[in-house]
Amino acid sequence: MGVKLLLEKANVPGIRTYDVYRREGGYATAEKALKEMSIEAIVEEVKKSGLRGRGGAGFPAGMKWSFIAKPEGVPRHLVCNADESEPGTFKDRYLMEFLPHLLIEGLLISSYALGSNDTYIYIRGEYAWVADILEEAIVEATKNGWLGKNILGNGFDCMVHVHRGAGAYICGEETALIESLEGKRGNPRIKPPFPAIQGLWMRPTVVNNVETLAAVVPIIKMGGEEYAKIGVGRSTGTKLISACGNINKPGVYEIDMTISVEDFIYSDEYCGGIAGGKKLKACIPGGSSVPILPANLLLKTAKGETRYMNYESLSDGGFATGSMMGSGGFIVLDEDQCIVKNTLTLARFYRHESCGQCSPCREGTGWMEKILQKIELGKGESSDIDLLWDIQRKIEGNTICPLGDAAAWPVAAAIRHFRDEFEWHINNRELSQTSNFGLQHYADPIHVPA
Amino acid sequence: MSEQTLFKVTVDNITIEVPAGTTILQAARQIGGAVAPPAMCYYSKLEGSGGKCRTCLVEVSKGSEKDPRPMPKLVASCRTTVMDGMEVKNITSEKVIDARAAVVEFLLLNHPLDCPICDQAGECHLQDLSFEHGKAGTRYEFQRRTFKKHDLGKHIQLHMTRCILCYRCVFTADQLTNKREHGILDRGDHAEIATHIEKSLDNEFIGNVIDVCPVGALTDKTFRFKNRVWFLKPMDAHRNCPTCSGRVTLWNRGDEVFRVTARKDEWGEIEDTLEGKPGWICNTCRFEKKNTNDWIIEGPRAISRQSVIAQGHYAGNIGTTLPTETFKAVNDGRAPHLLMDIHNESEVNLPSVRLSETDGPSHGNTFNNNSTNA
Repeated sequence: MGVKLLLEKANVPGIRTYDVYRREGGYATAEKALKEMSIEAIVEEVKKSGLRGRGGAGFPAGMKWSFIAKPEGVPRHLVCNADESEPGTFKDRYLMEFLPHLLIEGLLISSYALGSNDTYIYIRGEYAWVADILEEAIVEATKNGWLGKNILGNGFDCMVHVHRGAGAYICGEETALIESLEGKRGNPRIKPPFPAIQGLWMRPTVVNNVETLAAVVPIIKMGGEEYAKIGVGRSTGTKLISACGNINKPGVYEIDMTISVEDFIYSDEYCGGIAGGKKLKACIPGGSSVPILPANLLLKTAKGETRYMNYESLSDGGFATGSMMGSGGFIVLDEDQCIVKNTLTLARFYRHESCGQCSPCREGTGWMEKILQKIELGKGESSDIDLLWDIQRKIEGNTICPLGDAAAWPVAAAIRHFRDEFEWHINNRELSQTSNFGLQHYADPIHVPA
Repeated sequence: MSEQTLFKVTVDNITIEVPAGTTILQAARQIGGAVAPPAMCYYSKLEGSGGKCRTCLVEVSKGSEKDPRPMPKLVASCRTTVMDGMEVKNITSEKVIDARAAVVEFLLLNHPLDCPICDQAGECHLQDLSFEHGKAGTRYEFQRRTFKKHDLGKHIQLHMTRCILCYRCVFTADQLTNKREHGILDRGDHAEIATHIEKSLDNEFIGNVIDVCPVGALTDKTFRFKNRVWFLKPMDAHRNCPTCSGRVTLWNRGDEVFRVTARKDEWGEIEDTLEGKPGWICNTCRFEKKNTNDWIIEGPRAISRQSVIAQGHYAGNIGTTLPTETFKAVNDGRAPHLLMDIHNESEVNLPSVRLSETDGPSHGNTFNNNSTNA
């Protein structure tokens, strides 16, 4: 069994309520932070822990906190990004649903460290019941003196507000989230200025993922240095992985980032192998927007080394032969899955979710979807593959926010690694409508140059 | 202004000094010529505009004197401020040329290319952009998105199919009028400019959305299909208007005023008034004063020789000189195909006809007879 920091108590009956959470040692860390620690000390512990943002980009959280501007007389805000909409990712929902008080405790400590008196949880609209759970937990926490005015006699005021989004993927982007929170259309802002300088209502703001803020609790509890000992290299601590797809045991798992990808998929403790005794074909290891990898490159890096479930190892080889940790949405595809169809599904999602603000993303995502649709329906031409490649290349890096990149990467990776499957679709138009390309050589050991 | 910090910035190997806080685009415009990146959504008179169309992307090859690292991605020059010692590559960068061609292609994907029947043709920024940076053909083979035309009130028609979603009209309504009644509905490639629901835009200054629209999405209903802009002669004029500056450009043919617009500078933006404020004009000036008697005419408006509008055949008695070069000659031997086709094929476009010398408004007969003037 790996180390469990976040989900340790998730299976305790009634942990969702304040009484049980408190009895299990909850809010003791907040008490320690507010009574014994200075603001600087808390930030220092988070920095020492090496905690990286769990939302997808993996930016060091302590560094993000230290960027926040502190002008005199201007309120600062902490916003919790619970707009978890990346296809394949559902770890935050699990955390909030079962351990709402853990998040609130993390929010309290973080708000204290950042000086945020009004902290917001921006939760996606589809998580309606989770929002209810959070609101209930906030009422309980307020009743017991953990939120509100003069918390623990420390003089610090903090209120947490739950804001329900309307279900737009783009509102998970931090500046779009801020716009939406302000009551405007959820269009990403042009950066700079960054939220740390001018965020919510033009005030300094930090936006962090649910898991990041929850991880602040074990960090303060055990100390940043101890936390940094878990994991490997710059991938410190534990990470929640939401595994789904063709596996025996889909679900949310907490890993300590030293486990290999192969163990994660095949061990009984985690995914329990591929469902139905089939073979692994491909995997999207970090949520829909990260590059897809074929089985051989997923389990071993291009150099022939074992690939591990951590930030560095998953991105080993760059985009040519690697992928990304992303948000931890681990999507496994077995040998019966069609990569063209899978890519089309993702492209359709991004077309539907593009905010339409900047032209490459607005027009390019729709174009890619239509070409993929054409190939999928057996009407593709060989020039379409190169056209797709050209379009994704022209979207990537030329847009306001990362949604353009997120739309381009899956298409690029699918063509990069599965070009022969696309070609098979185009060359066998009728056959491709009734049968599948299958596993082919995607699990064959890769040739490692000496 | 002397104590203002000046930053040295180099665009395409030309160095100038600009005050701190200037954007790369504004600095490049001060240099002028081909160095200035094109801008479809940025409008210097509108706060918050820009950053959306991505046509003004440039490469920053040196961040500043202090931090010489290049910026990893192309940046939107309209929203990036200069740093001291910054080096920017615009037309000297392969990456920029490539990205710009891509953006033009993206912008034209769902554009109907109905220039022959579009009122904006001849003064359309998208036309200029695709002429300069685009390709002759398209690789798009699917159905384009279309919308119904909508009347936004008495004077403005919205033809959403042509829109490139630059948001300029939204900013205009936000910043010029008391209550914005239109905005963007929906998202992605089905996003549209609309009022909710079918409201009419009713504000004394709302007509300015026509002037800021870079394409033919918002058109003046008092001018629709009345004339091609290159057959009209633009004249600077003013009147004593109680609501606005009253400084306008009249677009005449003979003695008839076909339309009234605000005065636009070489970047297609509203010129400043004498007091240095943006010269927005009111609806009364724009839509209702269509009589030469209403105006005090200052003289002909200078139009860039590169513009097709400069092809209007007027010369002599109003002080302008007829250009002797052909359109091709001033554009390095390239002819804008679509425009020149209309221009050459149209029977009303006889070089021998001098509009300024005809009596009163010109009509089809003036051209058909081919005998009025030599």
